Amino acid sequence: MSGEAPPLSPAVVPRLPRGVRFSRDEARGRFVLLAPERILEPDEIAVEILRRIDGEATLGEIVDQLARDFAAPREEVAADVEEFLRGLNEKGMIEL
Amino acid sequence: MNDIPAPIGMLAELTHRCPLSCPYCSNPVELDARQGELSTAEWLRVFDEAKALGVLQVHLSGGEPGLRRDLEEIVARCAEHGIYTNLITSGVQIDEARLARLGDAGLDHVQLSIQDVEIGPADEVAGMKGAHLRKMAFARHVREQGFPLTVNLVVHRGNIARLGRAIDLAAEMGAKRLEVAHVQYYGWAFVNRASLMPEWPQVEEALKVTAEAQARLKGRMVIDSVTPDYYARRPKACMGGWGSRALNVTPAGKVLPCHAAETIPGLEFWTVRDHSLADIWANAPAFNAFRGTDWIEEPCSSCEIKASCRGGCRCQALAIAGRAEAADPACEKSAYHEVLRDMAREDAVQRGHPYRYRTMKTPTRDPEPVG
Ligand SMILES: C[S@@+](CC[C@H](N)C(=O)[O-])C[C@H]1O[C@@H](n2cnc3c(N)ncnc32)[C@H](O)[C@@H]1O
Ligand code: SF4
Ligand code: SF4
Repeated sequence: MSGEAPPLSPAVVPRLPRGVRFSRDEARGRFVLLAPERILEPDEIAVEILRRIDGEATLGEIVDQLARDFAAPREEVAADVEEFLRGLNEKGMIEL
Repeated sequence: MNDIPAPIGMLAELTHRCPLSCPYCSNPVELDARQGELSTAEWLRVFDEAKALGVLQVHLSGGEPGLRRDLEEIVARCAEHGIYTNLITSGVQIDEARLARLGDAGLDHVQLSIQDVEIGPADEVAGMKGAHLRKMAFARHVREQGFPLTVNLVVHRGNIARLGRAIDLAAEMGAKRLEVAHVQYYGWAFVNRASLMPEWPQVEEALKVTAEAQARLKGRMVIDSVTPDYYARRPKACMGGWGSRALNVTPAGKVLPCHAAETIPGLEFWTVRDHSLADIWANAPAFNAFRGTDWIEEPCSSCEIKASCRGGCRCQALAIAGRAEAADPACEKSAYHEVLRDMAREDAVQRGHPYRYRTMKTPTRDPEPVG
């Protein structure tokens, strides 16, 4: 767990680095996160986060949207999103 | 085609033309001529059909894909479809500006092949003076422009003694991944096996060097190395199963279950000029010839790992055992395993055969058949 890491700034703009692609896999009715030699199948929540990462939206905006769209407590959403993004960041699949 | 799972990956051999002439090249001895190549419109249609079929990754290869002027257009079309694009290149053809254009078009990943760690032998095998230094410059541009880089090194008798240093070079080049590709004896490599086959102790040493480097470079560079067939005890699972995960389109549009499948006589291949990719995947006789495990015979039918192994490589079974349905001779249980090893031992002690460089012209003498 990265419990000691300082919280991410809400102004951070998460981005997919070159070489990582988030894409709709119509033929199999799912979304996929494509990286070198890897195909990940993100779960429903991850898909909702990833589809809001467009290289412009800030972390704060993404959390706001999710909290609103799913009528969920903002604090909780923020914690989930942060944990998810940090995990991908450690694998080099998200830039923060 | 409901019960046939859709393919994940597609190898698109955009052209067989190449500025280099590596004697180990796995391309067929009879290369597709430029006049026969698919047009831009045809390739774009193939990628549209690939997306609809379920392909998620394409490997743009050849020959040298950089020789296609429409490479940017092809990459852009794939990106539009959300298909992951991997450019497999010799790196001598694509300059910094063109690489940037490919990046703008949406290129995701670059795989660069190198011949050696030393300039002299590298350029000699490539058949081009200055090739090695151009590759080093290309790798710099790849990293500067932020692409993930894989380096591919084909290992053979001429460079196996320098493998350790070549691995270090790949790490210095900034590769995230290195493929240590012990030469596979297809195409031109088969013709040249008397000059490419390393000796047994060299292979043993190479495997040791690789394992040591894997441990040392952990976290910095992943090293994928496949044990050479004649040295292995079990075959490699070919293509993740014949007609199950991937397909290969040749420059002229023929669709193959694997890049060497054309060596198997009697198989009927369809082309994208006559059929859609989905039709080919589901119905082309070549794809159905070895799908599933029904065709499998002993010793494979009673083998506990047949579901994953599927008897190994059909092309090698044909080349060595004389029948495409046989177990891959790379397997210890194959009756031809010793034949494969003996061939390797014999080739390894051959000397004095000059390289026969890859060229577009059909060589005057046909490669001798084996077995
Ligand atoms: C046929 S080449 C075509 C693309 C490009 N010209 C290049 O060399 O990268 C595709 C890949 O196969 C590798 N390769 C070529 N011949 C091989 C062989 N006989 N066994 C294993 N890999 C081989 C090359 O190093 C390269 O990474
Ligand atoms: S392996 Fe060598 S000869 Fe073959 S296509 Fe690649 S660069 Fe050309
Ligand atoms: S017996 Fe056949 S299925 Fe079993 S490992 Fe050998 S080649 Fe593969």
